Amino acid sequence: MSKLPIRARVATTLGGAAGRVSRLTGRGDGSVIGGVVGLRVAPDLLRQLAAGRQIVMVTGTNGKTTTTRLVTSALGSLGQEVATNAYGANMESGLVSALSSAPDAPYAVLEVDERHLPALIKVTNPRAAVLLNLSRDQMDRAAEIWLIARRWREAFAEAPQLHVVANADDPLIAWAAGSASQVTWVAAGQRWHEDSWCCPECGSHLRRDELGWRCGECSLSRPSTRWVLDGDNLIDSAGVVRELGLSLPGRANKSNAVMALAVASLFGADVDQALPELRKVTSVAGRYTTVPRRGRTLKLLLAKNPAGWLEAFDVLDDDRPPVLLAVNAQGPDGKDTSWLWDVDYRVLAGRRVLVTGERRIDLAVRLEADGVPFELVDDVEAAVDAVPPGRLDVIANYTAFQHIRAVVGRSV
Amino acid sequence: MTMPFDEAEPATAVLDAPAGLAEPTTTRPAGGHAGPLRGPDGPERSPAPKPRHSAGSPSALRLIWIYPDLLSTYGDRGNLIMLARRAALRGIDVEPVGINSDQPVPRQGDVYLLGGGEDLPQVLAARRLVTDGGLAAAASGGAVIFAVCAGYQLVGEVFGGAQGEPVEGLSLLDLRSSRGERRGVGEVVADVDPALGVDRLTGFENHQGVTDVGPGAKPLAQIVLGVGNGDGTEGAYAGRILGTYLHGPALVRNPSLADLLLTWAVGPLPPLPEADEAWTTRLRAERLAAVGA
Repeated sequence: MSKLPIRARVATTLGGAAGRVSRLTGRGDGSVIGGVVGLRVAPDLLRQLAAGRQIVMVTGTNGKTTTTRLVTSALGSLGQEVATNAYGANMESGLVSALSSAPDAPYAVLEVDERHLPALIKVTNPRAAVLLNLSRDQMDRAAEIWLIARRWREAFAEAPQLHVVANADDPLIAWAAGSASQVTWVAAGQRWHEDSWCCPECGSHLRRDELGWRCGECSLSRPSTRWVLDGDNLIDSAGVVRELGLSLPGRANKSNAVMALAVASLFGADVDQALPELRKVTSVAGRYTTVPRRGRTLKLLLAKNPAGWLEAFDVLDDDRPPVLLAVNAQGPDGKDTSWLWDVDYRVLAGRRVLVTGERRIDLAVRLEADGVPFELVDDVEAAVDAVPPGRLDVIANYTAFQHIRAVVGRSV
Repeated sequence: MTMPFDEAEPATAVLDAPAGLAEPTTTRPAGGHAGPLRGPDGPERSPAPKPRHSAGSPSALRLIWIYPDLLSTYGDRGNLIMLARRAALRGIDVEPVGINSDQPVPRQGDVYLLGGGEDLPQVLAARRLVTDGGLAAAASGGAVIFAVCAGYQLVGEVFGGAQGEPVEGLSLLDLRSSRGERRGVGEVVADVDPALGVDRLTGFENHQGVTDVGPGAKPLAQIVLGVGNGDGTEGAYAGRILGTYLHGPALVRNPSLADLLLTWAVGPLPPLPEADEAWTTRLRAERLAAVGA
């Protein structure tokens, strides 16, 4: 803290106080409001807070918060303090909050909103950026993804010191990362293909086979990879195969873990030391957590867009317990529910399906069209009462998820 | 209005909804349902050419989804699903087909759907559709075309490209679009030309286009809320071609518009049983009430 100018020190103290008030009054995790106060007092604060640290940025449409947590755990194996914005406050103010609360940490792992990545690279001069995936997401407020990829590409070209760790299986990511001077390519997989049928370079149809993807017209093709997710196994850059053995469920988290280990190794982390730390992670900001409630056990899953729903379905319990779907359309969710029609709900057939949230009628019409029987319920409490004791899977979009967490307890 | 279901009572969806028919009959890419449909192996599998579908026709009603690999951004699949569902509930055989941008557009479809897309995919789609010629041929043969957002712009004479430069469209509707000053994002309410007998439109728009409808077409509706074409009107139609800025699953909230398109393709249709309309009716009422319309 002592290395900061006096205005910055005053600002971080004020920001910290506001964050504590926010947490104490139960309004949130405290991350965004603390940062907003700090920025108002010292606009250049982020640059000062970032100076002299080894910063990793994590971005992409899905998996940012979880991967940020995994990278933080992996770098933690180096035995030094790591600053991080663990609760998804991923714009400038959230980064200020994270860095000011750990002023002496030599490392920082920062989740970054995909639209803000270029500006934040300029301000903080990060050592590495982890690029997970790009797919359609809340398009009434987010930029279009081809445009995001182009902005990234321009930003990487102007940041020669930046080392990019990129998912080679996502064509849009691979195209964006292609302008960086240093890239570690990771075979992290891509389940959702709907936003990458065409070449980002020339627009021609992409061809896909077991070996990956390539453009039928121009020279763009899947780069060869140094780190590979192979089923449940990680193959590292030295060719060593290890079983991941994560506590977090689902294919998407295996992919996130491989990305995390690839970036941590750039900083000297040893996979044999880092992987056990990743295995200890059981939930991330309430996601994947299991909550007891009046004799039922709720598994909470966050899904904000079609690709996220596809991954969430993958994590549902194989024993087919009832599932509650909750959809809101507030600002952070996007006010446009069109994306419901990009999700295939027929995988839920045979389960008891309950629906809630502000836009439950949109969900009702969608499920009816997919031939999936459902029941409307007022809220998560009504859903708990409606199902027999035992498991209840819950999939919710952003504000619906936060609401459910607030009802069933933020401590979990 | 009277709510069809008591919210406190668990209401069960229609079990015999034609879900299977909402899904294309052709194969899908591995690992993803919502993806571009693989089209037929070739146009030779098509039924014998006919000007358009007629009721009692032995062949299925062919719904052609144009370029889901380029023009499917906001749940555009919803329009295909709703048309297929509303036809199937009336006992009409339906054959939904997706045609990717590397496939020829079949000329014998009954209803063609064009969805939304980002700037670059929109330009690519326009270029390929002009070169392919299939959609224009189908239009001159009397096929029904429903075009949404980017698709709406590209059935016109010209539209604004990625840098706002003019790009040649398909010239199927007499309209010209360009890039406006501001993005129109939000709920839309509009009253449809009374000649069409369609209920008030409710939907969502997200575009930066301004569209002038020429004398060869008519505005589809008058804006009550939202931006639409930018001059107080929304969408356009002429003959059996209809376009709108209501993006994505526009037909989900506007079943009478879906029925208009089906009627153009197959002739007069009986109303659906109330039970089949209940959720859609409720969604319409909720959305219109949410914006005070």
